Amino acid sequence: MYPFNISFSKTALVLATTAAASMAYASAQAAEVEVLHWWTSGGEARAANVLKELMEAEGYGWEDFAVAGGGGETAMTVLKSRAMSGNPPSAAQIKGPEIQEWGELGLLGELDEVAEAEGWDALLPTTVADVMRHNGSYVAVPVNVHRVNWLWANPEVLAAAGVEMPTTLDELFVAGEAIREAGYIPLAHGGQAWQDATVFESVLLASGGTEFYQRALVELDEEALGSAQMIEALETFKRLRELMDDDMSGRDWNIATSMVINGDAGMQLMGDWAKGEFTAAELTAGEEYLCAAAPGTQDAFTFNIDSLAMFRVEGVEREAQQALARLVLEPTFQEAFNLAKGSIPARPDLDMSEFDTCAQQSLEDFQRTAEEGGLVPSMAHGMAVRADVQGAIFDVVTNYFNSRDMPAEEAARRMVNAAQAAL
Amino acid sequence: MSLSRSVAPLAAGAASRRSHSGRLQAWLPKLVLAPSIAISLLFVYGFMLWTFILSLTNSRMLPSYEFVGFAQYARLMANDRWWVASTNLVVFGGLFVAICLALGLLLAILLDQRIRQEGALRTIYLYPMALSFIVTGVVWKWLLNPGLGIQAMVRSWGFENFRFDWLVNPDTAVYTLVIAAVWQASGFVMALFLAGLRGIDDSILKAAQLDGASLPRIYWRVVIPCLRPVVFSAVMILSHIAIKSFDLVVALTGGGPGYASDLPATFMYAHAFTRAQIGLGSASAMLMLGGVLAILIPYLYSELRNRRHG
Repeated sequence: MYPFNISFSKTALVLATTAAASMAYASAQAAEVEVLHWWTSGGEARAANVLKELMEAEGYGWEDFAVAGGGGETAMTVLKSRAMSGNPPSAAQIKGPEIQEWGELGLLGELDEVAEAEGWDALLPTTVADVMRHNGSYVAVPVNVHRVNWLWANPEVLAAAGVEMPTTLDELFVAGEAIREAGYIPLAHGGQAWQDATVFESVLLASGGTEFYQRALVELDEEALGSAQMIEALETFKRLRELMDDDMSGRDWNIATSMVINGDAGMQLMGDWAKGEFTAAELTAGEEYLCAAAPGTQDAFTFNIDSLAMFRVEGVEREAQQALARLVLEPTFQEAFNLAKGSIPARPDLDMSEFDTCAQQSLEDFQRTAEEGGLVPSMAHGMAVRADVQGAIFDVVTNYFNSRDMPAEEAARRMVNAAQAAL
Repeated sequence: MSLSRSVAPLAAGAASRRSHSGRLQAWLPKLVLAPSIAISLLFVYGFMLWTFILSLTNSRMLPSYEFVGFAQYARLMANDRWWVASTNLVVFGGLFVAICLALGLLLAILLDQRIRQEGALRTIYLYPMALSFIVTGVVWKWLLNPGLGIQAMVRSWGFENFRFDWLVNPDTAVYTLVIAAVWQASGFVMALFLAGLRGIDDSILKAAQLDGASLPRIYWRVVIPCLRPVVFSAVMILSHIAIKSFDLVVALTGGGPGYASDLPATFMYAHAFTRAQIGLGSASAMLMLGGVLAILIPYLYSELRNRRHG
């Protein structure tokens, strides 16, 4: 029960800072929030529990509505049927453009009062705040930020091949060749559509730059999608296949990560949830495993933000919901949750001394890119475009990557079609 | 009845009790069946109808009722992945049914030679059917993985150039589905054929032997034609399994590499449930239903016609 005590004392602190308002809430009536989420694996469940304790400390009830199943497909199906029957939960784990879709259905409630009282506009980077707003009103609150464009590496393998962490795509190919000659698999990868897309967007970002990325994968500009730059990015992406092993088809991402951990493979391009695997293997960041921005994307940050969207509810449940929104962005929860989950806090102003070096670098880059404009939403993780467009792009990317003879021009043409079909 | 009741109350009482129980007896089966009929009407046919209605709308994340005619079907026809999935179904379904039938028949004939330990052998061949397709899929995924399974094993025996990488090759991945599905279902087909073989009258075979027919000739001209009804039911069952195949694909190939081994069922699931395209997903579901009906209706027709003749 030790962890419980810690968070409880932190809660007392929070209570003191926001005393007046929350005490009034607490004494009124035991209002409840029902939260639909899929933070069900060990670390995630513990992280979600922190929020529950914070809510209970303020006198609100928490009805857990966890629906297991990795990508949240099952949870979304449950949510849809609940929403259709006119009985949505108070809050649900919805992210990216999907927030807009739910907003257009008129099902989300606004959080502007909390946002104003807490100064969210000043707290959150504009790019992040835009994702959380529908028609100018806040309807969701960010829980954490994952960075997608990471390169992970096993330092022993790199040393055996006599190479450094690559910082450009050219260096990646050179390092990959050296690693192969030293008898290792250069790049660990799992042949699943979303993993192919994760690698593809990092390559596109490196070869085309953030502005091109924004035009092609966020705005779906047809000119950009069919351009020579796109064809070049596709060709580079395909070349990466030479650095991967033949058995990758259908492999899960965590198996690929364990290949890096075991020293079978040298590197992996994957988001920072991979860190959970390294941590579970009790390795230290920066020493026993290395992390760096995906080659050529040092000045960019592809974000994947988990958020809780708030449904339109009435009366006391609404009070509880507003309290939930406030608590999610407060330092106590942000720190506890993100330490457990391996991501970084959604507000860039926190003390990061307890986080590991990879997370610290991630936060630093997050702040820097938010100012300089390299902060872009991840297409592969549903932050940039609607689910149907994303699916259509996945189809093109994975089909091109696995096909033996499809030219890049053809893939680019199909990409344009995918974007058109979505309109 | 009301007349008899007023004239002779006593007798009428008995009669009406009898007729009550008679009426109850007549109604009882209908009453008992009514709930299940109502449930299947609603949950099978009602939802079929609903799916059809949805396939005519522009539903995306949630069902909507903005009708767009057959636009979703047109989009489906223009979708590359749908054609890959449909072609795969033809290849997979055709090979799966044909190989299962051939293998099942062969095994049944071999088992039918009054051999020792027939019961044990029969169980061994039938057992794969007891596994779910998920288990079959996972096991074959490991066996067929070039770095882990058969290829790696044969190479470790010293045959360095041995290649068996169907699973990771987009052109051949669909055949791995056939391998796993045949492994699972051929024992079941064998059991069907074995029952059929046991049902053939011995005297026919003896007559053929007396006429001097050779063994292969007896099988080809006498036994196999006798098995026609069994072939028919086997084809029905197998084609159902083929069209509905979903779990096997998910477990074995995940539809990959790319979407090279996608089947209509996985296509439908992906679009309706993960890509927020309920309209398009419903349209593909309706086409799958059409596929099932195309097989079922001729079957029902021939069944009914046979009964009328018989």
